[in-house]
Amino acid sequence: MTEYHLIGKSLPQIHAWDKVTGQAKYTDDLRVARPLIIKILRSPHASALIVSIKVDEAIKMPGVRGTLIGTEIKNTFGVLPISKDEPALAQTAVRYVGEPVAAVAAETEAEALLALEKIQVEYKITPAVLTGEQALLNTSDRIHPELKKSNNLHKRVEQTFGNLSEGFAAAETMVEGEFDFPSVTHAFTEPHATQVELDGQGNVTLYSATQVPHYLHRALHEVLEIPMHKIRVVKPHLGGGFGGKSDPFPHEMISAKLALKTGRNTRLTFTREEVFFSHHGRHPTKIKMKMGVAKEKGITALEGKMLIDGGAYGSFGVVTSYYNGVLLQGPYKINNFAFECQRVYTNKPMCGAMRGHGGVNPRFAGEVLLDEACEKLALDPCEFRLKNLHQANTLAPNQFRITSQGLSQGLRRAMEKSQWQQKFRQLPFGHGIGVACGFFISGSALPIHWNEMPQSKVRLTVDYDGGVTLYSGASDIGQGSDTMLAQIAAEVLGLPMSMIKVISADTRLTPIDLGSYSSRVTFMAGNAAKNAAVSLRRILTKAACELWKIPEPSYVDSCGEFDFFRQGNRPPQWNKNFLGPNVDYTDGLEFRDEKILYQKQTLSYLEVLRKALDHTGALETSGIYVSPKLGGTFKGAGAGLSPAYSMTAFITELKVDPETGFVKVLKVTCAHDCGRALNPQAVEGQLEGSIHMGLGQALMEAVTHHDGAVMNANFLDYKIPSPFEMPEVELIYDDSGENEGPFGAKEVGEGALAPFIPSIANAIYDAVGVRLKTLPMTPDKILQELLKK
Amino acid sequence: MELKLKVNGVEYVRSVDPGITLLDYLREELTLTGTKKGCDLGECGCCTVHLDGKPILSCLMLAVEALGHEVTTIEGVASGNKYHPLQSSMVEEGAIQCGFCTPAMVMNGIYLLSKNKKPTSLEIKECISGTLCRCTGYTKIERAIARASHD
Repeated sequence: MTEYHLIGKSLPQIHAWDKVTGQAKYTDDLRVARPLIIKILRSPHASALIVSIKVDEAIKMPGVRGTLIGTEIKNTFGVLPISKDEPALAQTAVRYVGEPVAAVAAETEAEALLALEKIQVEYKITPAVLTGEQALLNTSDRIHPELKKSNNLHKRVEQTFGNLSEGFAAAETMVEGEFDFPSVTHAFTEPHATQVELDGQGNVTLYSATQVPHYLHRALHEVLEIPMHKIRVVKPHLGGGFGGKSDPFPHEMISAKLALKTGRNTRLTFTREEVFFSHHGRHPTKIKMKMGVAKEKGITALEGKMLIDGGAYGSFGVVTSYYNGVLLQGPYKINNFAFECQRVYTNKPMCGAMRGHGGVNPRFAGEVLLDEACEKLALDPCEFRLKNLHQANTLAPNQFRITSQGLSQGLRRAMEKSQWQQKFRQLPFGHGIGVACGFFISGSALPIHWNEMPQSKVRLTVDYDGGVTLYSGASDIGQGSDTMLAQIAAEVLGLPMSMIKVISADTRLTPIDLGSYSSRVTFMAGNAAKNAAVSLRRILTKAACELWKIPEPSYVDSCGEFDFFRQGNRPPQWNKNFLGPNVDYTDGLEFRDEKILYQKQTLSYLEVLRKALDHTGALETSGIYVSPKLGGTFKGAGAGLSPAYSMTAFITELKVDPETGFVKVLKVTCAHDCGRALNPQAVEGQLEGSIHMGLGQALMEAVTHHDGAVMNANFLDYKIPSPFEMPEVELIYDDSGENEGPFGAKEVGEGALAPFIPSIANAIYDAVGVRLKTLPMTPDKILQELLKK
Repeated sequence: MELKLKVNGVEYVRSVDPGITLLDYLREELTLTGTKKGCDLGECGCCTVHLDGKPILSCLMLAVEALGHEVTTIEGVASGNKYHPLQSSMVEEGAIQCGFCTPAMVMNGIYLLSKNKKPTSLEIKECISGTLCRCTGYTKIERAIARASHD
């Protein structure tokens, strides 16, 4: 394997010193000049018509400079072009408790809060739809009457591959179950915040805690009806996203509109309660799943029916609906496969994308059923999984292109490290071990907005001082993407990390990247950064060759020449401006330690750079990433298509106290195939974070409602795991080497969450013989099942 | 009212609303924004600062209650380029992801290390358990504190 000077080494985040000294500025830490403070009046009702809103008293209150109501912002918006159904402020009806109804901008927070009390809203309460089942009943009184439907269905998707009845007929055992999952929420520590700054030319700069500056930019343009070039979206440091900041939000529209209306800068920060109202977390989900399994033939058929409760608006819901099914097409080969997922509207805060988007709950169902089937057939659940994994360079039945596959090796190692063979079904009562596997995308191969633009572009500039500035629209949301981009550029150019300065997520300065969601950033922005750095390296190489008076090397670009897996007989089609995925830059020269070496000759980087600047001045290069055209032609074929997939295995050991039902997870062995760990410490951080979040969903977290109102809208009642609950963690991330990933990398941020949860359920079964099919797996549920035995 | 408070060794005089919390006083009056407001309810622990060297939740204390005490925030931990060993170990161990809980974790850890040169892993867990972190699973934060105790 090639020796790299930075790739594969654990590096601290480039912003780590700013963060550890308190200097890093998050959105609410910015101080725009003389801002008005915005407060939002929210609906107390889950479902009501707005008869009237009167703001005349509020506007007369001391310090108040402006108010805003729904009729002043008529255009609705949504992250997906197919469901732009959300207003910035409720217009004719409120659809959930906590929905923004009116806003006030005042000189101080106290004045804004007092003014909110003076706003008079007359509501006519209407019957609320609060469960998924209720939403499917025919009604003339619908949450979104603009959709011509007889009930509150938002989206129904289905796909079938192979032949289910033949598959079930071939099974040696059938397992089925009904599963029930409440909603869970992201619980990032930084509340949503936005500040708006105006200039004298009518330009609006919006600083916001967002994972998706580009989508926010588009939404602001459409909602405010001002040209995109007059809007600048900047993402300062961001205190955690996990999908919860990946939509454009009402408060962002409100902040900008109130700034424009009052002619003043504005500042808005959510209370923690408002964060819970805003939600966008995992959908409450009901799943009926049936699986046929045979010893030799593997999973002969799988059928899933999902009902997901989307809350009041669309958000990412159409994608979530598909992901509930399509992400079950791996990591095992299942030829006969069908799913149907219905997403409904209810009068609750909306659900959207959350780490592991759409794939988490069905993964639980599938892995628990698989465990049950293995037991019925007396098969070792690890060995059975190993036997049925997709192999590298194959196509899944739904045309997912499986390129690299490092899980066979990873699961084997996890079995050794966890002493699986010595422990499974051999531990004393109350002590158990369980396994589960998972599968996730490395970014979506299709953009949300259908266009032919690259999914990511990175620009590099370098001038006489030698420092390289890297511009990328990718949002560092705490996962360390800025560091990853700098690391890739520094590797290619043979420079230390300190010579790469990253400017990111600023729509005025940085080329478009689609955002930090769907685990796309390392794969896509990383490839773009690599392409940009290779282009810069070629300029430097040319200058070096001139200084040495030797001929320039010739390059074989990887477009169509690369020996990676080709789909069917069709070579992947790449954009002509693209040097290719993971472009090879071996040029016979060596760039390291600010030096350029060729055979026994050495030039300093600055010497070569200054030669390259002759007659041109500052150098500028760019690189892009474009996904290859992938997938089938059937309905919904685009859902879940990704240039590469990660796979994960968890083996979890735990104890269940049979007296109390209390679960203590002792040791987790996680094998995650991320292709290649560019920065092992960052990879570990993602896996450990996924384990934390998965543990919460498994054992303690649930957003609860009463009459549609969130009952636990704070961290005292919505508990996330503390250091005491965290188990001992052993991580395995073998190099499967993804050909198309930058330096072989693929996804690590999300995929590991989902399989951890069923590995706990399967370990609970091994410990006490109880199979739970609802989350969270709290002591009361375990005790109830134990009492039945 | 006029309030004179000593923060990070500097005496500040500000005219403040007597109802202002210490957190808002630090962030809004002194622009010491390293101390974070994650919930303003005493639940997330991101607003942890030191009062006479002991960690407290600055969102649950009025600024006037700090009168006569020494307040230390994250901005007062390093002097110039001389960082506290825990700051260095947090960076090197990868204990920082989004960084929003980081200042509070540092304040928690420094207090522990000031009282206990060789904390056990349980003592480390206990010392950070009042502050939520959603990114790291706490693993690397615990390791950073342990490492700082060895340095």
